Amino acid sequence: MSIQNTENTSTETPAPEDSAHEDSISENSQMWTARLRNMWQRNLPIDKLLPDTQPAYVSSWIYVFGVLTIAAFVDILISGLILAFAGPAWYHTSSLGLFVNSLHFWGVQLFFVFMVVHLWGKFWMAAWRGRRTATWITGMVAFLASIGTAFTGYLIQTNFDAQWIAFEAKDGFNAVGIGAFFTPTNIGQIMLIHVALLPLVLGAITVMHVLLVRKHGVVPPMDALPEIEA
Amino acid sequence: MKSQTAKQAFDAAPWTGRVRKYDIVKEATIAVVIVSLLVVLLSLIFSSPDDKQLTFRDWAKTNPTNFYATTVQELAGTSESAGYGPPYNNASAGLNIGPLWLQKWAGVTHPVDTPNDLVITPLSLSVLSASETSALGTWKSANIDQQTAWATAYDTAIGAADGNYTAAAPGDYGPVPALANALTNVAAQGSLDALLLAGGNFYSTDNTKQILFFGDGAYLDDAATAANLQGNSWGMMNETGRYPGQAWLWLYSIWYQIPPFINEASAPFGSNADAYIMFVVMGLTAGLMFAPLIPGLRSIPRVIPLHRKIWKSYYSEENIKRHK
Repeated sequence: MSIQNTENTSTETPAPEDSAHEDSISENSQMWTARLRNMWQRNLPIDKLLPDTQPAYVSSWIYVFGVLTIAAFVDILISGLILAFAGPAWYHTSSLGLFVNSLHFWGVQLFFVFMVVHLWGKFWMAAWRGRRTATWITGMVAFLASIGTAFTGYLIQTNFDAQWIAFEAKDGFNAVGIGAFFTPTNIGQIMLIHVALLPLVLGAITVMHVLLVRKHGVVPPMDALPEIEA
Repeated sequence: MKSQTAKQAFDAAPWTGRVRKYDIVKEATIAVVIVSLLVVLLSLIFSSPDDKQLTFRDWAKTNPTNFYATTVQELAGTSESAGYGPPYNNASAGLNIGPLWLQKWAGVTHPVDTPNDLVITPLSLSVLSASETSALGTWKSANIDQQTAWATAYDTAIGAADGNYTAAAPGDYGPVPALANALTNVAAQGSLDALLLAGGNFYSTDNTKQILFFGDGAYLDDAATAANLQGNSWGMMNETGRYPGQAWLWLYSIWYQIPPFINEASAPFGSNADAYIMFVVMGLTAGLMFAPLIPGLRSIPRVIPLHRKIWKSYYSEENIKRHK
């Protein structure tokens, strides 16, 4: 009995040190860092970020093209890093350079095949359903950034193809005023955009896209009905 | 309406139905390994395209007549670059879409004065013979009207001789023939590429003047035709050799293959094709990007039920008939 009374007293009247601790927690929860952490945990707990189960309907080959696109992107970044250190003209004179350039080239080709299949797969699933519009839009932005990255890559090949693409492309950009700021014929500008800027942009958008996918989960089948799964 | 709202909430809610095991880290690792092997395999079998870059030296040596005639056009201001308009000069207003003259809105941001930048400055930086130096002095001391009169008369005469300057009728062309001949020699010696790029400076990374000069002649154009890279044959989407190229640009390139854009002479669409096509592609891209928000467009996947194939096993297991 005396023990029970002690417990009750303890619950109803916190010890001075416990009260101070709770005040501290309350104060901490107002901190920007705590708010960010709480928001993250609320929206994307670790079991959502790194799941070990998937809905049973995720059982088609179409689902692998997203991760295949990211895998190709990893390959492109590695081969691109080597090319960046060796310089844009290395592969003209070195068989090793030509091989690394080939890795970069085929990585890009596969990247786009995977990405386009992924994109159209998601279109026909209407994968924007269920508050997933931002996921779709970030995917489209990643697609556009990829086109820009590949295009600038073709411009810095330092070969005949690059000369012709620069000559042709300038007219399109000039026609709508973009050529005043983005100059396909200026290899210095294009090199920086391709090597420094766009991979960062593409990487950031891809991370955002993947986080949104993990947050919202994979969209349910279009004809799945609430009462069936309830 | 009520069932629609319930369906939307169901689509947005965390899945509570059947699940299966899924190892996301293992999947990503396997994907990287498989794609890497595929990339290595393709690289070993097919290598990658690399057609040698064109140079002014090659142009001046293999087709000196065309290089010479192009030089005269640069001096006369009759080349494509000389009359281009913004962002290189104010010789024209550029392309338009009705009342929108976007090409000239930003003004001349990359000024290129074709007689001076492409011919006179490179010659001024070169070691010339006494007669060539004298011709250069004559040009520089003449006023612009005189310069234009000489160069235009000679350009017209060469044009009348089908581009063959050796067959041009005699006339008062001032120092223009000597200057064109001098620049052809400088180019054939291999100096012009660097002179146009750096203009006497040490550092430069801007190839605009080289590309513009190349584009004014037949050398680059002929090479592109031979490689099947012209705009009306899918242009820069194609790749040199038998490689896939930038196939993802099909939505842009396709418009150059069809009327009215395929005919450059037809106004307003053909003659302003570059501007119109940019806008068309921007519009289509925006349509796809914002498809979830566009009524009709966002319903296409339901009208054409390819999703029944994707989720075939799920629909079959759950015995779900097509939802109307």
